Amino acid sequence: MNHSPSALLYLFGTFVLLVTVIGIYCVVVTQNLIRALIGLELLIKAVTLLIVAVGFITGNTGLTQAMVITLIVVEVVIMTVAVGVVIGSHRRSGSLSAKNIANLKG
Amino acid sequence: MDFIFVLLVLFVCAALWTVMASSLLLSSIGLAAASALLSVVMFKCGAQLAAVFELSVCAGLISVLFICTVSLTEAMDRKQSREYARERMSRFWPLPAVVILLSFALARLSGKFNFGTFVSFRGEDVRNLLWNVRQLDILGQIIILMVGVFGVVILFREGQKK
Repeated sequence: MNHSPSALLYLFGTFVLLVTVIGIYCVVVTQNLIRALIGLELLIKAVTLLIVAVGFITGNTGLTQAMVITLIVVEVVIMTVAVGVVIGSHRRSGSLSAKNIANLKG
Repeated sequence: MDFIFVLLVLFVCAALWTVMASSLLLSSIGLAAASALLSVVMFKCGAQLAAVFELSVCAGLISVLFICTVSLTEAMDRKQSREYARERMSRFWPLPAVVILLSFALARLSGKFNFGTFVSFRGEDVRNLLWNVRQLDILGQIIILMVGVFGVVILFREGQKK
């Protein structure tokens, strides 16, 4: 296996792209709100992998770790609030379908 | 590097399984597995502190959050569940084919791209960076955490009785 920085970036980029495709497909195709959040999680994981890969290739792991930690904190807050919205939607409509979101007012 | 390659393949498989699993509980477990594999990749890439965060927060906390959410929702009866699974599979079956085809296409294109030269340098320690250089990030994180806490409090506030 070639270990040049360009080849390493291509290798990591391939896997980042695959996970991104899986996440986007999940978010676009699903009608279940929890599954849409899981797709969003996968997209965030792809971004995390890309940041870590760039740090690994350039040798600047300190800065990338600081960015990943910030990303994880933001991710947790987004997921917590989004799950709260999903539970609220389920309490009102009794369903997890994304179609019910369109019926909400204001 | 071969070990990282194997971990990355497993990571993609876990992500695919997360999306394809029929049960939301299995999807949550698949997501936890993907997070755990990503944390091992991070550890092997020299991002040890971030790997610990990923393992404890993403593989632990967020999985628990999803499992709690699934447990708070009502389960479908068997007939509904069967119909839903059939309808879901009709929408999701192209995904594994897309992933496999894309993998082969990217493998064939391997070596044909040159991303230029990389500036390699010895970076600062993450603790020094986080606490001394990027203090604004910490402040932003605290504000975002507070926003999250207040958001959840408002979302779960019981309606006041008149």
